[in-house]
Amino acid sequence: MAEELPTPEELISKGYKPPKTAWMDTPVNIRKGMYCYASTPKTVETLGLPNPRNWNPLDDDWQLPDNWKEIVFEGLRERLDKFRSFKLFMDICVRCGACADKCHFFIGTGDPKNMPVLRAELIRSVYRNDFTKAGKILGRLAGARPMTIGVLKEWWYYLFQCSECRRCSVFCPYGIDTAEITIVGREILNLLGLNIDWISAPVANCYRTGNHLGIQPHAYTDMIDFFCEDIEEVTGVKMEPSLNRKGAEILFITPSGDVFADPGTYTAMGYIILFHYLQELGLDITWSTYASEGGNFGFFTSHDTMKRLNAKMFAEAKRLGVKWILGGECGHMWRVIQQYMNTMNGPADFLETPVSPITGTCFENAKSTKMVHIAEFTADLIYHNKLNLDPSRNDNKIVTYHDSCNPARGMGLLDEPRYVINSVCNHFYEMPSNTIREQTFCCGAGSGLNASEDMELRMMGGLPRANAVKYVHEMHGVNMLACVCAIDRAVFPALMEYWVPEVDVTGLHELVANALILPGEKKRTTDLRGEPLPGVEEEDAEE
Amino acid sequence: MKGKLKGILEEKKPAILNAWFTVVAESYAEETAKFLRRQKDPFANPVGRAISKTTEELFDDLLTGPDYETAGIHLDSIIRVRSLQNFTPSSATQFIFSLKSVIRDAIGKDIHESGLEKEMVEFESRIDQLGLVAFDVYMKCREKVYELKSNEFRDRYYNAFRRAGLISEVAATPNLDKSNNMTKAP
Repeated sequence: MAEELPTPEELISKGYKPPKTAWMDTPVNIRKGMYCYASTPKTVETLGLPNPRNWNPLDDDWQLPDNWKEIVFEGLRERLDKFRSFKLFMDICVRCGACADKCHFFIGTGDPKNMPVLRAELIRSVYRNDFTKAGKILGRLAGARPMTIGVLKEWWYYLFQCSECRRCSVFCPYGIDTAEITIVGREILNLLGLNIDWISAPVANCYRTGNHLGIQPHAYTDMIDFFCEDIEEVTGVKMEPSLNRKGAEILFITPSGDVFADPGTYTAMGYIILFHYLQELGLDITWSTYASEGGNFGFFTSHDTMKRLNAKMFAEAKRLGVKWILGGECGHMWRVIQQYMNTMNGPADFLETPVSPITGTCFENAKSTKMVHIAEFTADLIYHNKLNLDPSRNDNKIVTYHDSCNPARGMGLLDEPRYVINSVCNHFYEMPSNTIREQTFCCGAGSGLNASEDMELRMMGGLPRANAVKYVHEMHGVNMLACVCAIDRAVFPALMEYWVPEVDVTGLHELVANALILPGEKKRTTDLRGEPLPGVEEEDAEE
Repeated sequence: MKGKLKGILEEKKPAILNAWFTVVAESYAEETAKFLRRQKDPFANPVGRAISKTTEELFDDLLTGPDYETAGIHLDSIIRVRSLQNFTPSSATQFIFSLKSVIRDAIGKDIHESGLEKEMVEFESRIDQLGLVAFDVYMKCREKVYELKSNEFRDRYYNAFRRAGLISEVAATPNLDKSNNMTKAP
């Protein structure tokens, strides 16, 4: 909510109208609910990143170092030299506007500075001013403007209103990836210590303990034990997952959110059940309490930080002596793996091209990364008829599927999750075509924006997604939104509660585990959440 | 609603709705207003869709009779968005009152010539009533956002305490005679 109220004269006028100033002349208005709290000095220090201090986005004085302009200038120059893509993206945009209305944050907030083209112009205008002849000579005529405190605050405000989902890049005729511009912009802000706490704290935690939540190995093990107890209660079968086991064939890495936050915890239980089922068929897999995080908030900080956090995956794979890595349901983890890992910490020559020990399928697509997405792995199992499934156990769930941005646009994972859902559920409905697959709308909270203090931003950013869910809810009675991303699972419950309260949220492997018939299981009466299975209450009533 | 005014309003409905849409759209920045009007796909432009759908529903609500419960449901789909966006509560809901001047601009001459001032004042008081309903809807949406925030904070700390073994179940039937301490020691 804005702080200033209109005057009585303004109120009785025909309608409220915002001031008609050009974007360069419209100063940034940092509004509560639209930003995440500033990073704390402690977390910035843990990583050894520059300029740790207490600062507040609402203060006039951000306690910047005296030479902050020089730092920005040098930071920009270094990155223009280092990343050819960034230099190109600065130069080639013709401002055609194809991307302008494709961003969920623009659609939801109605703020033109959330048009991807304009968000990029925030940086591009400074680039023109300091790095191009036209900008130096013609100034504003050439779309250039000098760096000021106001511009810097604008960068911070709007670069943390981009979830790096890359929907805009799908529509750009030049293939400009605005996410890359945001990534570089945030990296420069980090040179001034201008991160958000929701990113810097998980990064510091992950650097210290191996996961974003700062969970130590014994607590991680405890949680897995709790899951096993719950699973035994539901299925009657005792699970015995292995952790940190040297010599296992496969290492399993998933986001820590799956282990500690509902409803992701049910997805984690799904993994445990699936692995137990496959054990007799020859699966030799271990979890790790050290590589206990698939996500990588370093990706939202800087390339170097991303690299440092990512390194633990290969380090742990090497330590345990596994042949390849199976990855859980995560979003940006897959973009890091698919597009950066190999050149950052790879090639992982000590690993082998993944081959499913159950079906013999060789995952040629993972030849380089040595990591297979669990949706592909499970789809392959189902295709080869290796799973004994009873999809009717999910009959009370009328499901739609949200393509998580990074697996969809970052690695092309589009059909495998749908194949799995259609195999384990009888009721599945797609959302409208311009809201799914490559054109999927973001959850509104990716790239480290899933804090609580920015709830207004999340609700607006998630509006286009929720709007499509609402449509299938009203058309087909959809009551379950499935996804393959831990951030999705963390933020969708609130998003649904605001926009479509009748719809719940699930991971893919929760659905798989509900349908999977385990050898020796007792008669199941509830799903993993303890909710009665379809038909059970009627049976009880008859008895 | 009965009478001549209703007939005129029904006849001029497309023009009135068009002008009303413009008033709502112009409460956004110029570029945004253009987009809200141009993009017709309801999934590419959910806000524009909510504006056009809701304004028509509200106009019909006002014409067919004062069922403010239904009007509140219709208002929800547009206030739910505007209560989040960069508006004060008054500027978020002002478009409702703007309908008065939109109508007077469109049919002011007819009202004057046909002596329908009294009917118009009555109709305008319905619009005022709708404005009051909008306050309720606005607050409901804001309260939901605050609730979502506080629930997330609560759950986060609750889970942290639970993991640390600092949370115990409250005894089902505490013996208040013996102690006021209803929780077990961690």
